[in-house]
Amino acid sequence: MTPDDSREPTPTQPPPVADRTDRSPWNWLLIVPVALPLLTFLYNSDKPRLAGFPAFYWIQLAFIPLGVACTVLVYQMTKKRG
Amino acid sequence: MARDHLTEIIVFAVLFLLVSGMGFVAARWRRPDSMHSLDEWGLGGRSFGSWITWFLIGGDLYTAYTFVAVPALVFGAGAAGFFAVPYTIVVYPLVFLVLIKLWSVSHVHGFVTPADFVRARFGSPTLALVIAITGIVATMPYIALQLVGIEAVLKAMGVNGHWPIIIAFVILAAYTYQSGLRAPALIAFVKDVLIYLVIIVAVLYIPAKLGGWGDIFDAAKAKFDKTPAPGDGITVAASGQLNYAMLALGSAMALFLYPHSITGVLASKNRNVIKRNMAALPAYSFVLGLIALLGYMAIAAGVKPVSTGGKPDTNTVVPLLFDHMFPDWFAGVAFAAVGIGALVPAAIMSIAAANLFTRNIYKEYIRRDADAKEEATVSKLVSLIVKAGAVVCILALDPEFSIDLQLIGGVIILQTLPAVGLGLVTRWFHRGALIAGWAAGMAAGLWMLYQIPNPAKGKEHFGGSAYPLSDLGLDTKTTVYVGMLALAVNVVVAVAGTLVCKAAKLADGKDATRAADYLADEGDPKIKDLELSAST
Repeated sequence: MTPDDSREPTPTQPPPVADRTDRSPWNWLLIVPVALPLLTFLYNSDKPRLAGFPAFYWIQLAFIPLGVACTVLVYQMTKKRG
Repeated sequence: MARDHLTEIIVFAVLFLLVSGMGFVAARWRRPDSMHSLDEWGLGGRSFGSWITWFLIGGDLYTAYTFVAVPALVFGAGAAGFFAVPYTIVVYPLVFLVLIKLWSVSHVHGFVTPADFVRARFGSPTLALVIAITGIVATMPYIALQLVGIEAVLKAMGVNGHWPIIIAFVILAAYTYQSGLRAPALIAFVKDVLIYLVIIVAVLYIPAKLGGWGDIFDAAKAKFDKTPAPGDGITVAASGQLNYAMLALGSAMALFLYPHSITGVLASKNRNVIKRNMAALPAYSFVLGLIALLGYMAIAAGVKPVSTGGKPDTNTVVPLLFDHMFPDWFAGVAFAAVGIGALVPAAIMSIAAANLFTRNIYKEYIRRDADAKEEATVSKLVSLIVKAGAVVCILALDPEFSIDLQLIGGVIILQTLPAVGLGLVTRWFHRGALIAGWAAGMAAGLWMLYQIPNPAKGKEHFGGSAYPLSDLGLDTKTTVYVGMLALAVNVVVAVAGTLVCKAAKLADGKDATRAADYLADEGDPKIKDLELSAST
């Protein structure tokens, strides 16, 4: 045993990194693409059709780019972390 | 029969073998110093960037069975089968914040499975065992269903019998054994290029031949109007609307509880890779939506599913549509896309199930002092056993039974949500209450599934996942997804149990994680490194 070893025991956990957080008001935007596709009454109909697609189908497909837009925005706004 | 499809079979076989060759070569790709650890064999060295992760998770979640079963459901039931689209829209924003926490804490502590996390968080090997067994049981039929996907393609080419599937799985087992997660990661790239190519051609070419999208939807509407069933149609019936939304939400919550999805997430190299993927993965949802509509194209094209033993197999409608519509060589490409689409998820699922066994059963209960090399060896062997088991499932049992098992699988994997999903957010729950909640949710879920008949298929039990609320004494025709009801039971028991345990001051496990662990990123110190430096 070297004298050094008799000092304080080495901690087995890494030191906490201060000031990091996942909190951001932008996160609330994620609720939009989660809630909207679950509201079936908004799109559960045949008319109006778009390029032959009944409303039920084209509206749900349109939710995809909307979801991407919301998620990309949240990612961009929360990328830099403290 | 099969001779008429010779061109298709040759194109299919050539592409299949080419990809299998890539699977073996994958061991050299981004080669580590040693493959003898679960981090390398089972998680690809936790080193995958945004692109590889996108292909890997996409290849993992959108399986051959999805490509075959979702359009088959749309073919048979109409709009209700389209739930897969809202399901895959809802899932990514839903798990965006949770998965980065899971990645961080797993990075710091070296977790490989969701049960590893639960063990550390709640200090309970028993709870971890329960989570591990649930994961393995839910994954097995999922792997078997990949075989159903390949089988549907083979049937459409007139190839019957089980030997081609056995050969395909022996090849798959061999290269997964050798290359680990690197094999599906590399193959996923080819799979997706083929799938995207086939779908883009399909949605441009087939509607043009059938008279346009409007005619396709009208043909589907005409078919459903003629059937006596009240639940089908090109929009969702009033009584099925709540079920549609709940099925989408419940499936979304279940998706990232499956051990194989978590494997894909943990293999990424940092948090931003995950965040970027949560934004980019919905590209697959768009493809899935178009694939679902192949079911309507099959109706408009007058496709009649292949009958085996007098029962029509609706899983064959998409392969048959390709066979009717495309020139032979391109139909071969399309079939190869579905076939290869089965290999990627089957490989990842068998790796995930093997890791669960190794980490949470073997190391916990059989060989406590197993080192990293022994862990990797055990996982490699178990991955072979898992795939053999899946093949036996298909050969010995009716494939219909695998579909029942997968229905159950979705409901039971949801019962791990309080421990794994809520556990990432809060340490409030008591370990005993979580076990009680899991048991209550499982019992309730299985009981409800058992009660549901399917008259169309002549089944008295396990006929579907839509539970009529009138069975609970409510005066309504509305149905709700069994998984959500079972989860509600689970959460109520877990909350009540925790209050009781806390009031009775029952001993709880120790939380080995700290708040800062959930925010760690690439390059932050891992506990293993610190232990090593402390011991030298």
